[in-house]
Amino acid sequence: MSQFSRTAIFLTAGSALALGACSRSAPDDLPPPPIGSTMPDTTPTGSTGPLPGSRADFLAQAASDTIFFETDSYDIDPEDRAILDTQAAWLVANPGVRVTIEGHCDERGTREYNLALGERRANAASNYLAARGVSASRMTVISYGKERPIALGSDASSWAQNRRAVTVVPM
Amino acid sequence: MAFRIPPLSAFRGLALGFCLAALGSAAVAQDEGASGPIEGDVVGGISNPTSIAVPDMPTPRSVGTPAGGTEDLGRQVARVIEEDLRNSGFFNPVARQFLRDVDMPQVTAPEYPAWNQVGAQNLVQGYVQAGSNGRLTVGCYLYDVFSQAPLERAGYEVDYADWRRAAHRCADMVYARLTGEGAYFDSRIVYVAESGPKDNRVRRIAVMDTDGANHRFLTNGQSIVLTPRYAPDGRTIVYMSYLNDEPRVYIYDVNSGRQRLLVDAPYMTFAPRYSPDSRYVVFSMAVNGNSDIYRVSVSGGRPERLTNTPGIDTSGSYSPDGRRIVFESDRSGGQQLYVMNADGSNQRRISFGGGRYATPEWSPRGNLVAFTRLGGGFRIGVMRPDGSGERILTNSWQDEGPSWAPNGRVIHFFRTPRGNSLPSLWSVDVTGRMVRRLPTPVGASDPSWSPLLE
Repeated sequence: MSQFSRTAIFLTAGSALALGACSRSAPDDLPPPPIGSTMPDTTPTGSTGPLPGSRADFLAQAASDTIFFETDSYDIDPEDRAILDTQAAWLVANPGVRVTIEGHCDERGTREYNLALGERRANAASNYLAARGVSASRMTVISYGKERPIALGSDASSWAQNRRAVTVVPM
Repeated sequence: MAFRIPPLSAFRGLALGFCLAALGSAAVAQDEGASGPIEGDVVGGISNPTSIAVPDMPTPRSVGTPAGGTEDLGRQVARVIEEDLRNSGFFNPVARQFLRDVDMPQVTAPEYPAWNQVGAQNLVQGYVQAGSNGRLTVGCYLYDVFSQAPLERAGYEVDYADWRRAAHRCADMVYARLTGEGAYFDSRIVYVAESGPKDNRVRRIAVMDTDGANHRFLTNGQSIVLTPRYAPDGRTIVYMSYLNDEPRVYIYDVNSGRQRLLVDAPYMTFAPRYSPDSRYVVFSMAVNGNSDIYRVSVSGGRPERLTNTPGIDTSGSYSPDGRRIVFESDRSGGQQLYVMNADGSNQRRISFGGGRYATPEWSPRGNLVAFTRLGGGFRIGVMRPDGSGERILTNSWQDEGPSWAPNGRVIHFFRTPRGNSLPSLWSVDVTGRMVRRLPTPVGASDPSWSPLLE
């Protein structure tokens, strides 16, 4: 009966989401922290900074992992160039690191066209980095079209934040 | 599944004195063709819906079946038919409280004066019967109440699990006979089910009947999935998936539940559509940032390139005769619609309406192309394949991704509200009327129809 089926679907969906978010409660007695370690913190401190070649290291050293685009455009503007230059410097200094460059669009385009436009944006960033000495074989390009926004509104500010290319360094 | 007129033996002792009637009913619904004028109210229904009575179907013998008792099935079949007809927009079913009980003799000898009294112009009666062969028989009889004449009859023999299909077939028979349009209720819809917030959206391929029943998820939501399409032979579904973080086109076998990569290339492949003979898939591939349209045999192999321009070429859709493909390209500076021969030759622009145009879909009737028009929001429209006769059918913030019902009359699309909201599936008639939302368990996008089921 349809009533039963609908309930089953919601239960299944709920279970799947619950599993994805499950956490264990902390034990009452925590083991002592290892000697010389720092508390978990996104900003590197004092004697122990982020691991060289890691994502945290990249984010600390490059101006940003993200560049932005005008509507319907995949042009790399001067501000983008400045950011990509710092990314390129880090990548050249860390030659063993492979990166993925994601291309994204705002919601004001149709689904398939935006997949193609996201690809253009990621490819443009990748080409720029390659021209700055980053070997193309280290870079994978992927488009998410409009399917993975970071800003949720339907306004100019949200759209501007979503028109982006992100250089992703593995953790 | 066998479809045949129920045998005379089913009505031992009953008069079966009617034959298939010729045309001439006075009660055919008003129907403006695709070239008719659009009424101002795009949400409104047809101006003169036909009043139709669909009473519960009796059963010669009340027995239990795997799908429930036959008495209960007789009620449910009538409700499915009534709902199909109501949702088409052409019919106004007589309210339940005015529906009389019908016994077996009356099925083939209607009480016309009584139906006339409740204002029914047409009458759908039938019966359900558990067969000795473990299958269900559903009889379906259409009458003109005013002329007191039978119009058409059909019988359907189905597995018990498929009882809804018999109801949809009956509704299709009634709809086709009274409107002159093609059938479309007995088909399936594949779409992308969407849940969760915009920045953490879960997407799954799902299938369901045209009325939302028999719903099933085909993928588990761990990878983004987009733009599914049924093959014209109904056996496979082609779609795009981000499995292993590699956006590619896959072919999913409906029977086995297995899928395979369509094109083994290190580039994003997307926007897949079948050819009408189910032998090819036209798709887009992005190489070094440039997207062009290719064609490949469904058995795989080397793709054949159809477009070769610096612009973004995508969303190719075959004409029903398989000879041409309509697609979108931004080669002129913004997205516009183009038509080319199936081998890629003679590419010519067809959209000149002053807007931007995307996601074209050729009607299975061949006479129209549906599209998304961009500019101050997205709206669904249709135009003739030569670009003339453009008409906009909807008016909302984001209506996108039209696909045609098998009869080339009804269009499904998805509508997204502003802000952090889920899209949903909607249906519109080719004249722009009868805009209605389709029920789905969670959010939904990218609807696509199967052909009429075998």
